[in-house]
Amino acid sequence: MLPELGQILLLCALLASLLQAGLPLVGAQRGNATWMAVARPAAFAQLLLVAGAFAVLTAAFVQQDFSVRYVAENSNSLLPMIYRYSAVWGAHEGSLLMWALVLALWTGAVALFSRHLPAPVQARVLAVMGVVSVGFLAFLIFTSNPFLRLNPAPLEGRDLNPLLQDPGLIIHPPMLYLGYVGFAVPFAFAVAALLEGRVDARWLRWTRPWTNVAWGFLTLGIALGSWWAYYELGWGGWWFWDPVENASFMPWLVGAALIHSQAVTEKRGTFGSWTLLLAIAAFALSLLGTFLVRSGVLTSVHSFAADPSRGLFILVFLSLLVGGSLLLYVLRASGLSVDAGDPRRGFTATSRETLLLANNLLLATACAMVLLGTLYPLLADALSLGKISVGPPYFGSLFLLLMAPMVLLLPFGPLVKWQRDQPSRAFALLAPWLGLAVLLGALAWWQAPQNGWKAGLGVAAAAWVGLGTARFVWQRLRGNGRFTAEMLGMIVAHTGIAVFLAGALLVEALNVQREVALAPGQQVVVGRHEVRFEGVDHREGPNFTADRGHLRVFRNGRELALLHPEKRQYASGGQVMTEAGIDARLSGDVYVALGEPLGNNAWAVRVHIKPFVRWIWLGALLMALGGFITAADRRFRRP
Amino acid sequence: MSESPAPRPSRPLPPVAIVIGVLFFFGLLGLMIYGVMKSGDPQRDVLPSALIDKPAPAFALPVLHDPSMTVRSEELRGAPYLLNVWGSWCAACREEHPVLTRFAESKRVIGYNWKDEPADALHWLETLGNPFMVVLSDVEGRTAIDWGVTAAPETFLVDGSGIVRWKYSGAMTQQVVDEKLIPALQKIEKAQGNADAGLHGNP
Repeated sequence: MLPELGQILLLCALLASLLQAGLPLVGAQRGNATWMAVARPAAFAQLLLVAGAFAVLTAAFVQQDFSVRYVAENSNSLLPMIYRYSAVWGAHEGSLLMWALVLALWTGAVALFSRHLPAPVQARVLAVMGVVSVGFLAFLIFTSNPFLRLNPAPLEGRDLNPLLQDPGLIIHPPMLYLGYVGFAVPFAFAVAALLEGRVDARWLRWTRPWTNVAWGFLTLGIALGSWWAYYELGWGGWWFWDPVENASFMPWLVGAALIHSQAVTEKRGTFGSWTLLLAIAAFALSLLGTFLVRSGVLTSVHSFAADPSRGLFILVFLSLLVGGSLLLYVLRASGLSVDAGDPRRGFTATSRETLLLANNLLLATACAMVLLGTLYPLLADALSLGKISVGPPYFGSLFLLLMAPMVLLLPFGPLVKWQRDQPSRAFALLAPWLGLAVLLGALAWWQAPQNGWKAGLGVAAAAWVGLGTARFVWQRLRGNGRFTAEMLGMIVAHTGIAVFLAGALLVEALNVQREVALAPGQQVVVGRHEVRFEGVDHREGPNFTADRGHLRVFRNGRELALLHPEKRQYASGGQVMTEAGIDARLSGDVYVALGEPLGNNAWAVRVHIKPFVRWIWLGALLMALGGFITAADRRFRRP
Repeated sequence: MSESPAPRPSRPLPPVAIVIGVLFFFGLLGLMIYGVMKSGDPQRDVLPSALIDKPAPAFALPVLHDPSMTVRSEELRGAPYLLNVWGSWCAACREEHPVLTRFAESKRVIGYNWKDEPADALHWLETLGNPFMVVLSDVEGRTAIDWGVTAAPETFLVDGSGIVRWKYSGAMTQQVVDEKLIPALQKIEKAQGNADAGLHGNP
């Protein structure tokens, strides 16, 4: 009975979201207060209903109800309890249900915290979010119903994709979706502003924390995905420019631009229509990302079942939503009333506005570059130019090219004044620190055992951003010594960029890799590390059997770690998964993966030394934290 | 701020920007529709063989049933043939076997036993039946490299003058045979007919 209840709950949620989308929108247009007042209760009702449906699906997984097709396809009786919960979002239907749930959560949060906003704004924002809900709930119910039954019910389920049976993947999708879907809030605000016909500093102040929180979650989600790929795929890479990764990276880039342009619009009253366009673009790219991943239009290491009817449905919805809001933008953006007499508007070439404009242009260009590279194989195929794959050489070099000026300009941003400033002032402030950064880079160049110039550039770039940020802190401390949460968030996030730069560029420069055949007792020397292979034994997991290697890692004769890389064979599908053995330290990882058995107890073993690789995720963590801290600024909560 | 006196509309969007935006939007939409329509096609990600419309690689391989005999590529010229790469270790080949057997009733199919123990291969053919006119044996897999074989089963259609005309990776289904292989073969036969007609002149 329970699955049918889930289905009924979903249908009711669709009705609630129709109510939430329809009445308040018309009410706001006509000034009908009663109709506008429908928005909040409808939003809460929709949240309760979707959460109920989600709980029903979770219960079906926990109780192993294999009469539900989705459960039978994505779990079996051997699946450990924790993965029964995460299996709920392990495949297409369930992850869409989670999409809908996360959207309902954001909508509920907006309804909860928007009481002090003018009624028409409140109504329009919730109604726009309702429109998005309608689309996704309809998509769920009509093409991807997770509650479909199997008759007769199978005795045993297939299994959750072994790639997904991993702690990192339990929280990766929820974080990613919180980010993706969170951009629906600034999007709804932008559309509401366009409907209203004006951009008000007060509303903008109110949207900023939402954008920052969404962006913070997206950062966490992407970082978790990268961390998972690092230890689970067995290649030791942390970013592959894979279409699915790109799909989440594009809204991240535009989201980062949006965070900065919103700040300008709120504080200075300029960049108004640009901010609206970015808000629409960020959510449109989130939808495009969902579409690209869910429809199977692009193939990648993350493969999902392809079904053209699903793809078409979501495509029609997506193009109506995005096309509609862009049309609204074209019609209304030019008519938005702005204060021409606002003394805060207008700026010269050497001002903080100009620097933030450069930031926005570089981030938007980077996003366009990623979009082009991601879709180019499809474009080439459509124009019959042959099968082409676009790989890391394109993305890596172009991204580096675009981010170099970004890194160079970043420390100036917080130190340069609004509207106009003497360029020599900021140069004078930063020159000693630039000198120090170059010196540190030269030191790294001289010290690095290989790829000296890469290591040197990495250290110099990281030091420049880090020291430049520290210079800003120092200036504040010498001033009134007060930091708003907004400033603290900015400082933490920019420090995160410095840490990330150090990690990403140093691991690129100093990474050492050896692939060798080892018999028990033999050892291999990689850099300053010695890795001794002690053999492979057999291990029985809950739903897999594994060949587990034993390797001892020594550095300068001292034992560092005993590593256990595994090759797992899952009972259900016979799929083989690698689990790398990693000795993780802030100064670098020793990463060991087991290859093929070569006979006579010898095995192919891959050893990587990855200096500073942890800094990549530490940096991302700091960036996300920066977003959250900024969102906590009390100024945003003033009505 | 809302209380200040003179709100005025900001500059309108330049028409060029609107045109570019509209073109971009519909271009992207068209591309996505194309992608969705293609997403159901299982052969979408198969790389086209570099051999299509090129001469088949020259080879001289022992016959599985009698290793003292060797078959050379030139000896197969004259009429189209289907080259099917298989191995007794390959599960998908077993799946493809009935489809291939049906097709081989009327057409010339050459077996290409790839990276296999001859004893296992012979046993496999005895158990399931031998659809092949002749089976070539490539135990080391050296010649298969010239053909660009990466996985079994793989099937090549070679025309009478030794040009590769069609290729399929993976197990062929009856649908693939009916919709892809037979039309490709008919095209070859038609071209052959035209060429013959050209040679002999109009009757």
